[in-house]
Amino acid sequence: MNPPLTCDVAVIGGGIVGAAIARRLGGTSLSTVLVEGRDDVGDGTSKANTAILHTGFDATPGTLESTLVARGYHLLSEYASATGIPVERTSALLVAWDDEQLAALPGLCTKAEKNGYDECELVGPDEVYRRVPDLGPGALGGLTVPGESIICTWTTNLALATDAVNRGVTLLRGRRVVAVDDGSLTFADGSSLRARWVINAAGLGADKIDNLFGYDRFTVTPRRGELLVFDKLARAKVPVIVLPVPSKVGKGVLVSPTIYGNVMLGPTAEDLTDRTATGTSAAGFSFLRSKGADLMPSLLQEEVTATYAGLRAAIDRNDYLISLDASLRYVLVGGIRSTGLTAGMAIAEHVAGLLSPHLDVAPRPDLPAPPRMPNLGEAFTRPYQDAALISADPEYGRVVCFCERVTRGEIRDAYASPIPPADLDGLRRRTRAMNGRCQGFYCGAEVQALVSSRGEASSYGDASSPGDASSRGDVSSRGGASSCGGVSSRGGVSSRGDASSRGDASSRGGAR
Amino acid sequence: MNVRVLIVGGGPAGLTAAAALAPRVDGPVLVLDRERTMGGIPRHSDHPGYGLRDLRRFISGPAYARRLTDLAAAAGAQLETEAMVTGWASSHAVEVTSPRGRRTMTADAVVLATGARERPRPARLIPGDRPDGVYTTGQLQNLVHLHHAEVGRRAVVIGAELVSWSAVLTLREAGCRTVLMTSEFDRPEAYAAFHLPGRVGLRVPVRTRHRVVAIHGKGRVSGVDVEDLRTGKRSFVACDTVITTGDWIPDHELARLGGLTIDAGTLGPRVDAGLRTSAPGVFAAGNLLHPVDTADVAALDGRHVAAAVLDHLAAVPRGSSAPGAVEVVVDAPLQWVSPQIVEPGGPGPSRDRFLAWTTVFQRFPTVTATQGGRVIGSVRLAWPAAPGRVFRIPFSVVRDADPNGGPVHLSVTGRRESTVSGTVASPG
Ligand SMILES: Cc1cc2nc3c(=O)[nH]c(=O)nc-3n(C[C@H](O)[C@H](O)[C@H](O)COP(=O)(O)OP(=O)(O)OC[C@H]3O[C@@H](n4cnc5c(N)ncnc54)[C@H](O)[C@@H]3O)c2cc1C
Ligand SMILES: Cc1cc2nc3c(=O)[nH]c(=O)nc-3n(C[C@H](O)[C@H](O)[C@H](O)COP(=O)(O)OP(=O)(O)OC[C@H]3O[C@@H](n4cnc5c(N)ncnc54)[C@H](O)[C@@H]3O)c2cc1C
Repeated sequence: MNPPLTCDVAVIGGGIVGAAIARRLGGTSLSTVLVEGRDDVGDGTSKANTAILHTGFDATPGTLESTLVARGYHLLSEYASATGIPVERTSALLVAWDDEQLAALPGLCTKAEKNGYDECELVGPDEVYRRVPDLGPGALGGLTVPGESIICTWTTNLALATDAVNRGVTLLRGRRVVAVDDGSLTFADGSSLRARWVINAAGLGADKIDNLFGYDRFTVTPRRGELLVFDKLARAKVPVIVLPVPSKVGKGVLVSPTIYGNVMLGPTAEDLTDRTATGTSAAGFSFLRSKGADLMPSLLQEEVTATYAGLRAAIDRNDYLISLDASLRYVLVGGIRSTGLTAGMAIAEHVAGLLSPHLDVAPRPDLPAPPRMPNLGEAFTRPYQDAALISADPEYGRVVCFCERVTRGEIRDAYASPIPPADLDGLRRRTRAMNGRCQGFYCGAEVQALVSSRGEASSYGDASSPGDASSRGDVSSRGGASSCGGVSSRGGVSSRGDASSRGDASSRGGAR
Repeated sequence: MNVRVLIVGGGPAGLTAAAALAPRVDGPVLVLDRERTMGGIPRHSDHPGYGLRDLRRFISGPAYARRLTDLAAAAGAQLETEAMVTGWASSHAVEVTSPRGRRTMTADAVVLATGARERPRPARLIPGDRPDGVYTTGQLQNLVHLHHAEVGRRAVVIGAELVSWSAVLTLREAGCRTVLMTSEFDRPEAYAAFHLPGRVGLRVPVRTRHRVVAIHGKGRVSGVDVEDLRTGKRSFVACDTVITTGDWIPDHELARLGGLTIDAGTLGPRVDAGLRTSAPGVFAAGNLLHPVDTADVAALDGRHVAAAVLDHLAAVPRGSSAPGAVEVVVDAPLQWVSPQIVEPGGPGPSRDRFLAWTTVFQRFPTVTATQGGRVIGSVRLAWPAAPGRVFRIPFSVVRDADPNGGPVHLSVTGRRESTVSGTVASPG
């Protein structure tokens, strides 16, 4: 076994929050390691949310969450333009369906102002139906939130993690922390890491890590949110995010366009005990369909393209729980329930602020430019539409996934990127391949072949061609070298061979 | 770029339309297909059962696909693969992406032959975990026949229609045993007509009136929960593969993006007996119109559509809005009919048959046509109406419709009607 690795700071959790923190610390002179228990970054709650870039208009005024969501909104908006994370400025409309909800709207407007957001506007039913003509009958009025936007949560997570790696952070995937002992982290595979400081951004697992540091201050309750994604042909019906008026029971069910050009209905809110229960349920589906029937009956005529469920890391208090323990050299970043996509970069800034008395977190000069991310947004030009790109490289004209119009060039690029996909789901999050209405009827086999060959074209037409097998072998080793070899030499830390261990199904199962 | 006729989709319907049109059109007839090879679904449906009605042969899907491709090429049609039509630039121009570039193609006539697909698991709202190992038949056959990939060892097949048995055959070839087929209907949809299960000795347990209500497994499928629709009783069936078969939906994206009128029953474009859509100069053929019939019937659509395309190119005035056209609608248990617009006394649809879909099995069905409450025709059929496969209705049943009498209703009953005199038609 390799000798233990060492670093200044270890960040546990490769979700949006951990990736943002690692990116921030990667920009200092500290050596930083980002540790993720799963085989890929962004494979936890950060992959399955409603992907709204929140203004923070409805946060509880005075909370840390309120401050960080508002700040994160601006930070992420700017970062999105710099990196090409797709954002659509759709705006949102809260719709009141009964007198009680109608009466609540002015209060929400005032609350928004207390949160520093003063662009909300009360509108009557005519204006509500002018904005969303397909809405079901019975809307009494609404409140506009012009700044609410939709964003790609997958690209956000990946951009932050890629940026971190480019800045010299060592990314360890497939390393679940199982023990902490005086600055030393032990992973499920038996290897370990020594770190002067540890930052716990483990999302649903944050309370368990906190326990390993000897604390017993909170419990994460996985709060499941199920969602239905409707066909792109429904997109025109939903030009804005249609929000319910929040009640005591939670934020309620919304109808929203997605950045990929679909329509989303959800989420449900259900407290569970199993932290891996990301399955969907018959009860969830029928609840959503009955909600949908009221909100927008014609939506239910459209096909469902996907269903999924995410788990919010709910805790028993009404704010984020971010706290530094100087004696243990440990920072907890917990309870980032339903706004962490938006707030992630501001949380990173806040954590850097907490660390500054103890560590030199000043930005170092000559940082690399932020990465340019492939565009997954339907509203912006994609490779298949780009004549100049295709004539320069015909692989961008070779459509593999027809429903989502993903080209072989994009799949190849994903495997050549600093953080290549670990499996089919990882490829889906990087390219949209197989996320469309046919779910693989046409392209599933081809995409799977590209996953096995790590992006190299398959050639089933002449399966016996001897060039086939050898070229595949070549690519997978190339992929392996670029995925971890490059990173590890940079960070001065040797990580286990990503590519080889990935092929091993049993170890992969264990890490999940 | 400009062609006389552009055919979108190189499956049986598109290729056969091309073969019929190319020798008779004074200009290029171009077929675009987004796959690497022409042929549509039969390319990967590697078992015999193709070509009966159009080619008078009984050959495998891949052989059939090659044969139709050769016929279209020999007839002088231009065939282009890896060319995906992604949208419309105008009413007669489409946008195309291929490795050869991004371009706009303009045509005097456009034939949509984009086929149909099976609804995948999410569209069927089957809850549970989301592990690997859940496929449609289309994906399964692509995996096994084109990519020679591994599937599991124990499969549950959802559905028991023609295509479901095709899935069982493919699974068997891949070394995967079908441990259960489920059907929500009270008899396996395909048994009556499809002799394949018997012929190849497939012994597969079929549970009728059962439904898969949950899928379990982390990483890979570990099993499904199956519910008895009569009793509500649930049981667990261990498996590592689940195939969702049938439950078709037309690939109607281009039809919808082009603003064509869509039929609420088929979800494909509404067409008249000549296969004209609501947009002048835009035609449709194949399973886009009737999800789904066998490939030979799709192919014969392609042959049939040629006449209306040629009329259009020669500027012969007529169309779905022509006076004398009546609408055809169906009553339950029929769910849809194609075509939906006919001219009484005018030319009939392909093979002089309406294609329809039913939800109830009737061994000796009688189809009755009424207009304004008056019975205008009735026919007792010698073939059953069965869920899960197309039910064919002779065009003659609407022969006596009044061109100005409003919509014609088609209904089906199981018992023999003694009040109307029916003709007994033979299958085909
Ligand atoms: C249904 C739903 C809708 C939402 N909608 C929005 C929205 O519209 N806008 C918005 O801003 N926010 C939204 N959120 C909230 C947002 O998704 C989360 O706040 C955010 O993703 C949290 O990121 P994270 O990095 O804290 O957690 P995660 O993404 O869960 O990352 C934590 C990571 O830590 C890893 N980990 C855990 N334990 C260990 C261990 N022992 N060792 C190593 N690694 C470990 C996990 O594998 C995981 O990858 C929504 C959430 C849900 C569930
Ligand atoms: C598993 C299975 C088994 C079957 N077994 C039999 C059998 O034994 N016997 C039988 O007769 N029939 C069988 N069928 C049915 C038969 O395959 C279909 O009836 C037939 O393929 C329909 O032909 P089509 O031309 O309408 O559509 P398809 O064959 O689906 O062809 C449509 C073509 O259009 C292309 N296309 C779609 N959109 C675009 C676009 N935007 N741009 C470019 N190209 C596009 C597609 O790539 C495809 O090639 C089976 C079907 C399945 C799924």
